[in-house]
Amino acid sequence: MTEPLEVLILGWSLTLAQVLVGLAMACAVYRILIGPRAQDRILGLDTLYVNAMLLLLTIGIRSGTTLYFEAALAIGLLGFSGTVALAKFLMRGEVIE
Amino acid sequence: MNRPSGLLRRIIPFPLLFLALLAMWLLLQQSLAPGHIVLGSLVALGATWVMVALDPEPTRLRRPAAMAQLALRVLVDVFRSNLAVGTIILRGGRRSDHAGFMTVRLDLRNEYGLAVLAIILTCTPGTLWVNHDPARGTLLLHVLDLVDEQSWTDLIKLRYERLLMEIFE
Amino acid sequence: MSTAPHLPLWAALLVAALVVAGAAITLVGSIGLVRLNNFYARVHAPTLGATLGVGGVLVGSMICFSVLQSRPLLHEVLIAVFVTITTPVTLMLLARAALHRDRVEGNPEVPQSDLASLERRDG
Repeated sequence: MTEPLEVLILGWSLTLAQVLVGLAMACAVYRILIGPRAQDRILGLDTLYVNAMLLLLTIGIRSGTTLYFEAALAIGLLGFSGTVALAKFLMRGEVIE
Repeated sequence: MNRPSGLLRRIIPFPLLFLALLAMWLLLQQSLAPGHIVLGSLVALGATWVMVALDPEPTRLRRPAAMAQLALRVLVDVFRSNLAVGTIILRGGRRSDHAGFMTVRLDLRNEYGLAVLAIILTCTPGTLWVNHDPARGTLLLHVLDLVDEQSWTDLIKLRYERLLMEIFE
Repeated sequence: MSTAPHLPLWAALLVAALVVAGAAITLVGSIGLVRLNNFYARVHAPTLGATLGVGGVLVGSMICFSVLQSRPLLHEVLIAVFVTITTPVTLMLLARAALHRDRVEGNPEVPQSDLASLERRDG
């Protein structure tokens, strides 16, 4: 372990941030699983998407390449259109729980 | 619309949108190479012509100083409400008894102004835009910490709505 | 495990602080998603992550990549603008859908009319 202090600080902070975001994702999954209603599950899914985007951004910082930004942007886009479609579906009142 | 720059207007109907799209393209490509500028201009041009078909209601933004002031206010409020909502969540989130719906009468009528207000209110944690009735000019919103209804009405009307009306109307 | 780009000490500290703060705020928001006891209260929770949470991580990554490549890298601005515009849209749509469903079912906890609170106040 001859890594300089700066690299260690940033590395461990990134690990800490990833653990925190991982816990946040677990909270969102918990809400998706227990509901109780369809709108709660969709809200959990939306939060999960944003948190996954953040996780990708921290991985991107760690790797030092901009490769992960495209992935984060794609996740954000898909999450947005998915949630909007699901909310529209709820509005029609044709979801069977 | 028929100003001296009429020809430019006909080729590029929405110059601001054109520039924004071109900037987005160049940001995504991470390059300022001439090829990317040409390609980005073509894409932006196509998108602006599609916008002509949609025929959006024309608007004129006034008072850049008011815009800057509004942006600063929103930034401050985002920090403040993040702190407030975070405190509510961490300190006994199960007792969110104060949450509730409330209605505000709005004087703002401009569609774009209302859209910006909707984004501001929903983006600051603690307030959520639910439904706007354009005929009556009433706004139904949900507030997480609804202790004093009047203070929330004042926040919306004095802090945001007045500036938005200066900018859009 | 803890490999990371080599930044100068000041930048490493700044990026570390911003990223950890953003992640912590996101976690608080998601905890709210679990702890708040009513759907409409829960809708407020994810906005913490979508504003300061995303903001902290994005500013951190902007600093990191600007220092690494010694030129300003504004890729993150795109994500920030995108998140700022899309999050309110999804939350508004979701709240309206939920309100519509609750009204159809005659749930007494939601106002049946948009004007209920005004009528209560004005008498």
